[in-house]
Amino acid sequence: MQTQEQVVPIRTPETHLEGDDVFTVIRPDGTTDPNTDPRLPQHMVLDLYKAMVRTRIVDLQLERLQRQGRIGFHIGSLGEEACIIGSAAAMRPNDWIFPCYREFGALLWRGFPLQTYVDNMYGNDEDPVKGRQMPDHYTARAYRFGSVSSPIGTQITQAVGMGWAARHKGKDEVVSVYFGDGATSSNEFHTGLNFGGVMNAPVVFLCRNNRWAISVPTEMQTKAAKLSDKAIAYGIKGVRVDGNDVLATWKIVREAVERASRGEGPTLVEMLTYRIGGHSTSDDPRAYRVQNEVERWRGTDPIVRLRRHLETKNAWDDAREEEFKTETEAQLKTCIGLSEAKKKPELSSIFTEVFSKQPWHLKEQQAECENGPRAKPAH
Amino acid sequence: MPEMNLVQSINSALRHEMKANDDVIVLGEDVGKVGGVFRVTKGLFDEFGADRVIDTPLAEGGIIGTAIGMALYGLRPVPEIQFSDFIFPAFDQIVSEAAKFRYRSGGEYTCPMVIRTPVGGGIRGGHYHSQSPESLFIHTAGLKVVCPSNPYDAKGLLLSAIRDDDPIMFFEPKRVYRAVKMEVPEEEFTVPIGKAKVVKEGKDVTVIAWGAMLFEALASAQEVAENDGVDAEVIDLRTLWPVDIDTIVESVKKTGRVVIVHEAPKACGFGAELLSLISEKAFLHLEAPPKRVTGWDTPFPYTLEMEYLPLQHRITPALIETVRF
Ligand SMILES: Cc1ncc(C[n+]2csc(CCOP(=O)(O)OP(=O)(O)O)c2C)c(N)n1
Ligand SMILES: [Mg+2]
Repeated sequence: MQTQEQVVPIRTPETHLEGDDVFTVIRPDGTTDPNTDPRLPQHMVLDLYKAMVRTRIVDLQLERLQRQGRIGFHIGSLGEEACIIGSAAAMRPNDWIFPCYREFGALLWRGFPLQTYVDNMYGNDEDPVKGRQMPDHYTARAYRFGSVSSPIGTQITQAVGMGWAARHKGKDEVVSVYFGDGATSSNEFHTGLNFGGVMNAPVVFLCRNNRWAISVPTEMQTKAAKLSDKAIAYGIKGVRVDGNDVLATWKIVREAVERASRGEGPTLVEMLTYRIGGHSTSDDPRAYRVQNEVERWRGTDPIVRLRRHLETKNAWDDAREEEFKTETEAQLKTCIGLSEAKKKPELSSIFTEVFSKQPWHLKEQQAECENGPRAKPAH
Repeated sequence: MPEMNLVQSINSALRHEMKANDDVIVLGEDVGKVGGVFRVTKGLFDEFGADRVIDTPLAEGGIIGTAIGMALYGLRPVPEIQFSDFIFPAFDQIVSEAAKFRYRSGGEYTCPMVIRTPVGGGIRGGHYHSQSPESLFIHTAGLKVVCPSNPYDAKGLLLSAIRDDDPIMFFEPKRVYRAVKMEVPEEEFTVPIGKAKVVKEGKDVTVIAWGAMLFEALASAQEVAENDGVDAEVIDLRTLWPVDIDTIVESVKKTGRVVIVHEAPKACGFGAELLSLISEKAFLHLEAPPKRVTGWDTPFPYTLEMEYLPLQHRITPALIETVRF
């Protein structure tokens, strides 16, 4: 019988984040590398920090709600806050974001109301998608943000078409698209990089390499040493960035956006990070990975890292942290209370928006459902 | 005899056949170390090793394509697709390749494989973790389609399926996975493919169901027996294709009335084919218009999933209406 270690070797941050081609800005002591520092204004760095902290607060609270049976599911981003917020922040206001499913932080960064996000988690009658999708499957066109779908990889080629269409219409709009390390095995990843290159589409492929695809480690996903190398075969640019370094992520993604905007084609950005939590609330990672590995990665916590940097600039301290956390937690609590009190969507929501106009058979079925017996509430 | 739930009985069938036949290979996403997201393959990796239980990269087309290659060579692969909602990247390999090899090669190449995949709703999975795509595969010439409703049948059918020489879709009703426990022999036994089971005999109306909806059909049959004196006959199809036409026709000839229940949408759902067959073979025996109680012709909703599913509250009135026609 093989031991866990033989199957999944412990991957340490040391061996995986300090390869010479990994772009980094924030040093271990919190100072920045003057050669790579994007020199963002301090108010913006503070905004990035607050967005990361808020993401974590929301994650932890939603996990709790799921355990209490108050929501059905949550798929979180513990440990991945820097790569999600840093990349979203690097997109310009008119650019588009196509999400995978772990990027509610990016959605909130775009200004999507927290209340509406929580309504989506509850699938109530004020959820913009009318309780039709699972929690964390949000849609936000007004925020130039796509629509979460569960099937892995499907958004990748769609982003290429969207970017191409924008340029076809003479618009300077770049499309970014998130996906995981596991998704690099999907058909759509390969087709997306190929089409993106051939069509020279203004796209940024954002790969969150969090080392795990549910229970499968990245080493079993591909024989390639680096996911960014996959760009080579498609003739597009591939870069690796320390995804736990928000400033590095911002800079690399902004450069990719600028290249795309100049008509120089897509970039594959491999953001090196780590999934601290389970795959989702349905998963128990103790069944397949050693706690030791997780503990070592906690040492690279992107929030701790950015806070150390802010402290070197005297821009943040415990008092401000406390105040921000208390305020955010209170705000979230209010949203949860309101969402919980809202009604379920109307029965009619099952039957509308299947097509632009409701055909006869759905009219019939809607009437049958509305006039028929109701299910006993099962949950 | 041990009590097993559906997860355990399928696991027991896999373990038995892997022990008995070195050519049986399990492959899929997360099937190894962790034993699958539903833990159906739990322990197999430790027992049979990484060459017999393969954690694959995340690509369903890859899983089925390589499984086909293994089957062509002579192995007996049992690939798992994590949710049947995620089978579509492999649709080409299943429909154009696995289903067609025997015919197009004049019998030189065959694809004996069992594609296991969970189906159905009622588990708060939303659209992409709840669908029932069986009729897409029934419509594909060259595939057998199986959907057990309970742990006993699941083990017996899976053993038959692995030993069968054709590609088989093995749909596992995930709502039943841990909900039903019953006595299942530890040792091997088979349940034949292509044989339905009359689970409750009756004379007034035939109810045809499979998978998780069988239990809803039985609950309705009991309800109308108690409240309305209606004696319903309930058939568990177990194998959807090739369907056990004799059992169906015999029952409909006896009752003259039929209600078909399935989770999948109504339009072109398997109920449509069943009613056509019944019309062709037993038309003059019908005493009332047949009925279908099915999922609506919409995507599968999250919050209102229990209003989407054809549960007892919708089956019971259909039985009464059919009988009182
Ligand atoms: C086509 C498809 N197959 C399988 C799944 C089930 N599934 C959901 S997430 C996941 C792993 C994804 O891993 P990765 O791409 O690394 O993203 P991460 O979850 O780590 O962010 C799998 C296998 C799916 N959603 N879609
Ligand atoms: Mg991953």
